[in-house]
Amino acid sequence: MSIPESLRYSEEHEWVAVAGAVATIGITDYAQEELGDIVFVELPAVGAALQRSQPLGVVESVKAVSDVYAPVAGTVIEVNDALADHPEIINEDPYGKGWMVRVTLADPHEVDGLMTAQQYGEFIAKEKA
Amino acid sequence: MSAGAALRRTPLWGAHRRLGAKLVEFGGWEMPVSYRGIVDEHRAVRTAAGLFDVSHMGEIEVSGSEAGAVCQTLTTNDIGRLVDGQVQYTLLCRPDGGVVDDVTLYRRGPERYFFCVNASNAAKDLDWIRAHARGATITDRSNATALLALQGPRAAAILARLTPAPLAGLRSFRFIDDRVAGYATLISRTGYTGEDGFELYVAAADAERLWSALLDAGGDDGLEPIGLGARDTLRLEAALPLYGHELDDTTTPLAAGLARFVALVGDDFLGRAALLGERQAGSPRRLVGLELRAPGIARQGYAVLDGGVTIGRVTSGTHAPTLGRAIALAYVEPSHATPGAALAVEIRGRAVAVAVVPTPFYKRSQRR
Repeated sequence: MSIPESLRYSEEHEWVAVAGAVATIGITDYAQEELGDIVFVELPAVGAALQRSQPLGVVESVKAVSDVYAPVAGTVIEVNDALADHPEIINEDPYGKGWMVRVTLADPHEVDGLMTAQQYGEFIAKEKA
Repeated sequence: MSAGAALRRTPLWGAHRRLGAKLVEFGGWEMPVSYRGIVDEHRAVRTAAGLFDVSHMGEIEVSGSEAGAVCQTLTTNDIGRLVDGQVQYTLLCRPDGGVVDDVTLYRRGPERYFFCVNASNAAKDLDWIRAHARGATITDRSNATALLALQGPRAAAILARLTPAPLAGLRSFRFIDDRVAGYATLISRTGYTGEDGFELYVAAADAERLWSALLDAGGDDGLEPIGLGARDTLRLEAALPLYGHELDDTTTPLAAGLARFVALVGDDFLGRAALLGERQAGSPRRLVGLELRAPGIARQGYAVLDGGVTIGRVTSGTHAPTLGRAIALAYVEPSHATPGAALAVEIRGRAVAVAVVPTPFYKRSQRR
């Protein structure tokens, strides 16, 4: 299972990539693996204000529906429209083409409160035990 | 995933672990939900063959001179039409017509029958059958029996390599006792996928070796192990009911569209008077197939709407891998049950357009 060093992680299995004041958000390799074949994704509209820990969207696999939570607060500036027709991209490339939304961060320091790759690796090891 | 009460394991639990299956709780059992991925497994069964461990299901034998009469009292279908070596899909009903369980009933001889029952209902069914046993002997064979399902267009060719049994002459809903890979097996031409296939009852002690022999024999045909996830999408495409979704103590077989398994003319059975009344008065709701016309998945419990008014409730829904569409089964008021009716399902506060469609959603082309 892949946990890139360059990203930060939430306990709800979202990842965040930060570039200046803009953050890209998606779900982790572990999350897509647990969900199985993803068949539907619901994302917010551009301009939507995301509150931290509030649902930003929904991912449905064949077997389950799962909320995706905003790991940080911010305003949506772009959504990955390709997921509407090809939600399986999240299974194939969760950290790349399977990104979900880009936001301008309300507070760039909020990212510091998220887990590092090492912490996230330990977190899911504990969750699986 | 940690669990409170200890989960039960089938004789194939170790084999599932070695195959890397994802294991989940189902009806008190720790069962494989998938091995390679639900959609890939689903396609394997539709195009080649799949092997399922369904040993969590229960087997309850009814024997003695009263066996036939007891089985008839317990079940809605007409057991007078059942001959030795034949299986019947049938229902156990309460006096009010509510469904205790949907089961298959095997006639081994005039004084020897057995029920194959849902895992989640096995204890309840055993109590129910014992309570109506009169003079018949009731024996729970569940722990001693493993059940493997071999399903798909290649199933017969694969099985033929391992058994001398005359499979070509074994029709749908018939069974035969023979050896498979050397192990004494009851071979039943039945299944829960909408494909041709077999259910193989074998001693628990032989289960793992039979499982391995089948996977080895079918590898070149594309046979692979299939989890409960694909079992659910396969049965839903075929519009086969699942207890706890389409059926429960408060639903009747008539509302569920199972009238052809209810022999209202003939011998008495538990629930007959209530079901006769329902047939005369008309069922207050009917199970229908829905196809989503906009993106989304309709899940169990979601409201079915007509012009913003709730007129029904989804019982099962999924993305159908063979069809490439989202489908659902739902109970609706009879006035909305006609194919073509335009309705909506409420998905997270949003009304998503659906149409009532004929079932089954998927029907295999006849190959035999």
